[in-house]
Amino acid sequence: MSSLAVGKADTAAGATPGTAQSRPPLRSRIALIPTVTLLLGAIYCLLPVAWVVIAATKSGSELFSTFTFLPGTGFADNFSDLSAYRDGVYWQWMGNSALYAGLGALLSTCVSAFSGYALAIYRFRGRETMFNVLLAGVLMPPVILAIPQYLLLAKADLTDSYLAVLLPQILSPYGVYLSRIYAAAAVPGDVVEAGRMDGASEWRIFTRVALPMMVPGMVTVFLFQFVAIWNNFLLPYIMLSDDEKFPITLGLFTLLEQGANTPALYTLVITGAFLAVIPLVALFLVVQRFWSLDLLSGAVKS
Amino acid sequence: MKGAPYAFLLPATILFALFFALPIGYAVWLSFRKVKVSGLGLGSGARKEVWAGLENYTDALTDNELVGGALRVLGYGCIVVPVMLGLALLFALMLDSDKVRLAPFTRLAIFLPYAIPGVVAALLWGFLYLPDVSPFYYVLEKLGLPQPDLLDGGPLYLALSNIAVWGGTGFNMIVIYTSLQAIPAEVYEAAKLDGATPLQIALKIKIPMVAPSLVLTFFFSIIATLQVFNEPTTLKPLTNSVSTTWSPLMKVYQDAFGKGDIYAAAAQATIIALATLLLSFGFLRAANRRQKQEAAR
Repeated sequence: MSSLAVGKADTAAGATPGTAQSRPPLRSRIALIPTVTLLLGAIYCLLPVAWVVIAATKSGSELFSTFTFLPGTGFADNFSDLSAYRDGVYWQWMGNSALYAGLGALLSTCVSAFSGYALAIYRFRGRETMFNVLLAGVLMPPVILAIPQYLLLAKADLTDSYLAVLLPQILSPYGVYLSRIYAAAAVPGDVVEAGRMDGASEWRIFTRVALPMMVPGMVTVFLFQFVAIWNNFLLPYIMLSDDEKFPITLGLFTLLEQGANTPALYTLVITGAFLAVIPLVALFLVVQRFWSLDLLSGAVKS
Repeated sequence: MKGAPYAFLLPATILFALFFALPIGYAVWLSFRKVKVSGLGLGSGARKEVWAGLENYTDALTDNELVGGALRVLGYGCIVVPVMLGLALLFALMLDSDKVRLAPFTRLAIFLPYAIPGVVAALLWGFLYLPDVSPFYYVLEKLGLPQPDLLDGGPLYLALSNIAVWGGTGFNMIVIYTSLQAIPAEVYEAAKLDGATPLQIALKIKIPMVAPSLVLTFFFSIIATLQVFNEPTTLKPLTNSVSTTWSPLMKVYQDAFGKGDIYAAAAQATIIALATLLLSFGFLRAANRRQKQEAAR
């Protein structure tokens, strides 16, 4: 945050004298090259999002005939067409994604918190081995896991079910890693020791003393896992065949597959993509203050 | 108290055993098996699973499609990783420089693509590559300029790389930026007093100090690149140039579910996993040795 604070102090200093002569020339008050570079980067990143917002307002004929950065008149129609598509299966996909990501991230955060706490606080035989084995999971290409997971779940008759998508995503090696780092930094060993002196059980020390201290880190783990599950495509692609259980990523993909050869379906795909972007972007804007990205650099340092 | 850590680790251990260890073990087992068909392959006893030795592995390593996919992904990675990390470092340094305006807004805007699923990102860019609906083609047409086909041949690599760069730059920028923020201001003071320019400070002080986070972002980018699947799969409906076996993971998927040959798929998957692990450990060892050498100096 230091550069931000400097910027603010600068404007304040520039504004107080008020007279034109006392102000330094424009170039020395604003760093031109960095500002312009960052603006170009922002434009590049916002461009496809801006395009989909505008394209979603166009009717089928407008999409192919008018300049692409002029808004159209068809958003209400597109919206109702999409909602009517196969009896509202689109909203079912959205609901499924919310369920997979919400419940999955919650369970994942709990498992990560337990494991991270144990690995950070206790000294026990096999601690580093367990940690390293868990971490190796990060390196496993998802398809290497997903195909045998599918074959094994098929033996248990669990494929094409909500559980098939939910269960394999609960254990997140990255979440365990972040939780360990965070617990080691946030929970002092003597606090745990003091709890033991008072005769509290290990479980009670964890829930009453350690967990409250770990909350900010756990929010970050939850958000990472929420985004990871919401954005996951491969696992549901392999596990599911009934489109009532699809998450939004897979639903949109099947919509595109059908729509690619029928330009009439383009507007449906585009409107669907636009609406699919909204929940996560909204989540980001709301929670970015709680999203402690410092954890990442903390993770980098150790 | 003695059992407490094991109790806390129990859920993770069970999940690891069921959804990591068991599937990996099963995949390795399958990779040494094959189906032997006797007679016409009809009847319940006609298809029998037998030991295959290394047959699946030799088949995989001499499979032109798999080798071709590996080469395609190598080419793609040679574009994605340097461009993405170069931009991430550039933006992080710019955010960290003095007197920069609109930093919070631009930082959020550049990070935003992280929130957009790879499938949706590929879909958005896919439409922007389609001459019928793309604003770029509209402008090129009005200006009377040639209109390249972005979804074929060499440009297809650029088109796919662009999607990955767009999606990944912001996240890496934040990782590098947070470690830039952790450098105490005093470190620059002396350099500033000596009259060092911002460029010199960036090159001589900032970049060496964030080297560990550059190593980490490089490492994760390579792993992600090797595993590319979603973006080419999503572009497939829009162009005939992306085959079902464009990347190695797509080939594994195709063999397992398209052809139904889970044994060949398991062998290929094992090879890819081993290659990833070897690359990762080799890289981490090299990075560690480097750091130790520097610390010893």
